[in-house]
Amino acid sequence: MKRNLVIAGCLLLAGLAALVFEVNPRGEDARHGLVGADEWASRAVWACDRRKLVVVEGVRPDQKIPPARAQLVADLLMDLMRYCDQEITAKLEVSERITVAANGLVYEDYVVGGPLPIVPARYGAPTRREQRIWAAELAKLVSEGDRLFHSDEIGKNGVACAMCHPHAVGTHPETYPKFQTQLKQVALLRDMVNWCIANPMEGDELAHDDPRMKALEAYIIAQRAGKVLESGKH
Amino acid sequence: MYRNNLTKKEIERRFAERSDEDSARIRSLLNCDRRQFLRTSLEFAGMAAAASLVPLHSFQLVNVAHAAEDGGGGFRFAYISDTHLYDRGMNHRFVKAVLKAVEDVNAMDPQPDFVLFGGDLAQLGKPGELSLGKQLLNEVRAPLKMIVGEHDWYLDLGEKWRELFGRDYYSFDHKGVHFVVLNSVVEKDFWTEKGYTPEERMAIVAGLDDSRQSPFEVGEEQRDWLRSDLEQVNRKTPIVVFSHSPLYKLYRPWNFWTDDAEEVQALLRRFKTVTVLHGHTHQLLTNRIRNIHFHGLLSTAWPWPYAPEGLPNYTVQMNRADPFDQFDGCGDGSVEVLASGRVDKHYNLWSQNPRTVTAAQLASGKIPGARGYDGPAY
Ligand SMILES: [Fe+2]
Ligand SMILES: [Fe+2]
Repeated sequence: MKRNLVIAGCLLLAGLAALVFEVNPRGEDARHGLVGADEWASRAVWACDRRKLVVVEGVRPDQKIPPARAQLVADLLMDLMRYCDQEITAKLEVSERITVAANGLVYEDYVVGGPLPIVPARYGAPTRREQRIWAAELAKLVSEGDRLFHSDEIGKNGVACAMCHPHAVGTHPETYPKFQTQLKQVALLRDMVNWCIANPMEGDELAHDDPRMKALEAYIIAQRAGKVLESGKH
Repeated sequence: MYRNNLTKKEIERRFAERSDEDSARIRSLLNCDRRQFLRTSLEFAGMAAAASLVPLHSFQLVNVAHAAEDGGGGFRFAYISDTHLYDRGMNHRFVKAVLKAVEDVNAMDPQPDFVLFGGDLAQLGKPGELSLGKQLLNEVRAPLKMIVGEHDWYLDLGEKWRELFGRDYYSFDHKGVHFVVLNSVVEKDFWTEKGYTPEERMAIVAGLDDSRQSPFEVGEEQRDWLRSDLEQVNRKTPIVVFSHSPLYKLYRPWNFWTDDAEEVQALLRRFKTVTVLHGHTHQLLTNRIRNIHFHGLLSTAWPWPYAPEGLPNYTVQMNRADPFDQFDGCGDGSVEVLASGRVDKHYNLWSQNPRTVTAAQLASGKIPGARGYDGPAY
């Protein structure tokens, strides 16, 4: 509800912004009003949220925008307000071709009111819904790892990882890679996982890209979230 | 603890020289009957003597002398605990570990008065696992005293275990000491409402870190029994309690915990000398609460890591076990009951130096290496 009010407010202000552009007294046709204009000039018009910007080409910063074109700028800004919390820059060429840039991605030949193919989330500032989706996806992998870590299906003699490592205690994934003295070489966590599978659990080693290996690593590392990485520590 | 001042290296070399013979004998242990088992065990003992490798239990003579200083009397019992057997044949690594422990206690000279089994004989409470355990423990020469563990119980709620070993809680007197054995792994019913099958129930309880289960407790029935059992006992009589879980609260997420520990401790408070020996934690573990001394038992199968919090200040941890050595962090041990009724607790760690926590250290709180200890570090 509150969000809708904010959008409505923004739209109103964007409309007002459009009105302050002076109507061209000579009443030139919008489509042809810029004939002979300085094509290298441009004027920036911001929406009230300071997130939507239209760069109007063919108009110098100190020059008035012809009315038909000003209307087009206002329509474009209002249109872009659909993507309320996004930062979007649009370029309005002299030919009225519109190019839109959002989050570093560029869409050419944008049509006002048409769909923007994608407006991805601003990286690093996900919405709550996105965070929930990501957490659920992660939890899926971690819980599969949890299941495997506690099951006897990885080994062949009934032994499960959790029998020596309740809550993955004693796995210290944060110390890998390190020189594993018993293996006489530098090992990754997965090398040690495979050693445990092959020896105390008497099972077959997993390929490093085996989904079960990924799940096991996911569970083990997730249990140690917040620990300081101490690669090489013994 | 090696004879003839041999270095560990030399002993390992001598032992390695005999490894072909050893493996032939180990093979012969599979499927052998009791008589052959004993004969093979004796041969093993002979081999060990020939190799100048004396089982660690030969250090007992020193401890008997120690008991005598305390005013004579005194006796010793041994323990094996947490074998977690699968019914997967005699070649299984956990079976090999039990054979090793049985050999240890059978080689003790003089023999212990009895051998305490600390619970978790089976891994998933299956009749085959429990029977295999009984078969293996039958080879122990000294009388056996059994504690029940959660891995023995939650498939059939103790039916098979009781059929094989009798009551799960009882008491007995031995050389002036009153012994109490409790079933401390009672869990409130978490399975009926959720509709878990017996197998699911067992698997949940068998998961040390599985939070779907209830906390362990001794429960009202046994506490009532204990109260009346102890009524007959003089307050100066030394009390030794055997339980599977520690009778105090260490770490709830792994059931290193007994939920009604305070109530049980209260029943024991009027006695001058009380010692609790417990399995379940698979590690060297020492605690003291008022008049009660607590000692953990080693597992033969695997060591648990120390809990992330709640470790008693009296505990000097055993070394972190090398995962590449099946027996590291595992072992068995013995308990020297002094004339005072206090006990010295021996940890026979198979791949680490043996450790002893004495009654005197625990009573004074001066345990070398323990937090807060400011005496000599020997
Ligand atoms: Fe156990
Ligand atoms: Fe246990």
